[in-house]
Amino acid sequence: MAEYSAFALLRNALSGNKDWKPAWRKPEPKASYDVIVIGGGGHGLSTAYYLAKEHGITNVAVLEKGWLGSGNVGRNTTAVRSNYLLPPNTRFYEHSMKLWENLSHDLNYNVMFSQRGCLNLAHSPAQLDDYARRGNSMRHQGVDAELMTPAEIKRLMPMIDVSDTARFPVYGGLMQPRAGTARHDAVAWGYARGADRRGVDIVENCEVTGFIRDGDKIVGVSTSRGEIRAKKVAVAVAGSTGRVMQLAGIDRLPIESHVLQAFVSESLKPVLDTVVTFGMGHFYISQSDKGGLVYGGDIDGYNSYAQRGNLPIVEDVMAEMLALFPSLASVRMLRSWGGVCDMSMDGSPIITKGPLPGMYLNCGWCYGGFKATPASGFCFAHTIARDEPHDLNAAFTLDRFHRGILIDEKGQGATPRLH
Amino acid sequence: MLITCPYCGPRDVSEFTYQGDGNRQRPAPNSQNLDAWNEYVYDRLNPAGDHNEIWQHSGGCRIHLRVVRNTLTHAVSSAVAVRGHHGGKP
Repeated sequence: MAEYSAFALLRNALSGNKDWKPAWRKPEPKASYDVIVIGGGGHGLSTAYYLAKEHGITNVAVLEKGWLGSGNVGRNTTAVRSNYLLPPNTRFYEHSMKLWENLSHDLNYNVMFSQRGCLNLAHSPAQLDDYARRGNSMRHQGVDAELMTPAEIKRLMPMIDVSDTARFPVYGGLMQPRAGTARHDAVAWGYARGADRRGVDIVENCEVTGFIRDGDKIVGVSTSRGEIRAKKVAVAVAGSTGRVMQLAGIDRLPIESHVLQAFVSESLKPVLDTVVTFGMGHFYISQSDKGGLVYGGDIDGYNSYAQRGNLPIVEDVMAEMLALFPSLASVRMLRSWGGVCDMSMDGSPIITKGPLPGMYLNCGWCYGGFKATPASGFCFAHTIARDEPHDLNAAFTLDRFHRGILIDEKGQGATPRLH
Repeated sequence: MLITCPYCGPRDVSEFTYQGDGNRQRPAPNSQNLDAWNEYVYDRLNPAGDHNEIWQHSGGCRIHLRVVRNTLTHAVSSAVAVRGHHGGKP
């Protein structure tokens, strides 16, 4: 019997709602575990969930510095898509998409996954050619992609101006119909509950302050709540990767931490029922179920561990929104915030064993980690449990940079602020 | 975020272009040390705290600056000309 169901709702309604259990326990950390996952964000929680579900490893602790989901899993713009060009990325993100499609059912938790489509607008014939190439690459690998004409785009999105007199005329677009959005907090909570119910200890307010070593091998961590030992220590801390790895004596990585800002407007009547990206800059927008427009643009562009950005990017993002949708000029912005992104040198992630014995590393998500949450945990759990990568993350190694086998989706080279 | 240009005084960050980590050591052009090149191109210190970086006052006097900036607070503690001709001062 599922814990959450229409029947459970009725039964609890009749019994005064006194029987609901907290979605996850607040356990004291034990002295040792089979696996410690550092980082109670989306990726850490999904890793713990798949360790328990797929590999039967339930003696696991997830250590979170703050409260559960206080980092990027609650700071992103909720878009989920798998419209990548390069095969290692396409295969990985498409696996993630397939996990998303069944996630609410799998977790028995409504993550409000809404396949409303993601449309990349092209503003020149060359850009449309480039999108057609990416669409062909996707379809070749079994991922859905459709080129749309300006007239079709106008029918889908009446708010847009596709005439020749638009500030940046629309030549067409690349649509992935199965893409969409998900309720990001529910993803963290759902994975947390799923892991907790299978025996995983989720320990909040537990900051890792150092690693315990036996020779070269990592055998545990010291934390603000005492020493905890483990056979395997997995790091999934996204923007804090540099700080945590420095505690292990790794002071150089192919990672820079940058701040990305995101924005939400006041609630509006439905105006936009798809995710749309602007091709004349870097801007993406969708409308949440509450009615707020959720949008963002580029990272600020300098190294930062502060979870806040500066005003020039705010102005830039608003300018791009108005270039695309002048009609939104009178909409008021409700909130803006920042998250710290672990920008890798080729724009693709790292999910690997190492770099020290007993350690496993998951990082380099740039600002696209949310959509990867299910597959990241799935592949990382496999890597931890089997001590070898899954086929889907075999290319996401740490040493690929020095070996010259980069996965540079945008072809920008080792300049993180351009990915 | 303000950066104090040694020529122009305190200016808004929007006048500057970030040119990245200033700790990287470029090997000699004829170096065949692949590890040194790899480290230069791909590896970063990425500290949480004071960070040495290169900025250009591209929207102003166009000088290249060596800046020390705190990545946790964004506070800039020093900005001097990359070329040491004037001891970093105008």
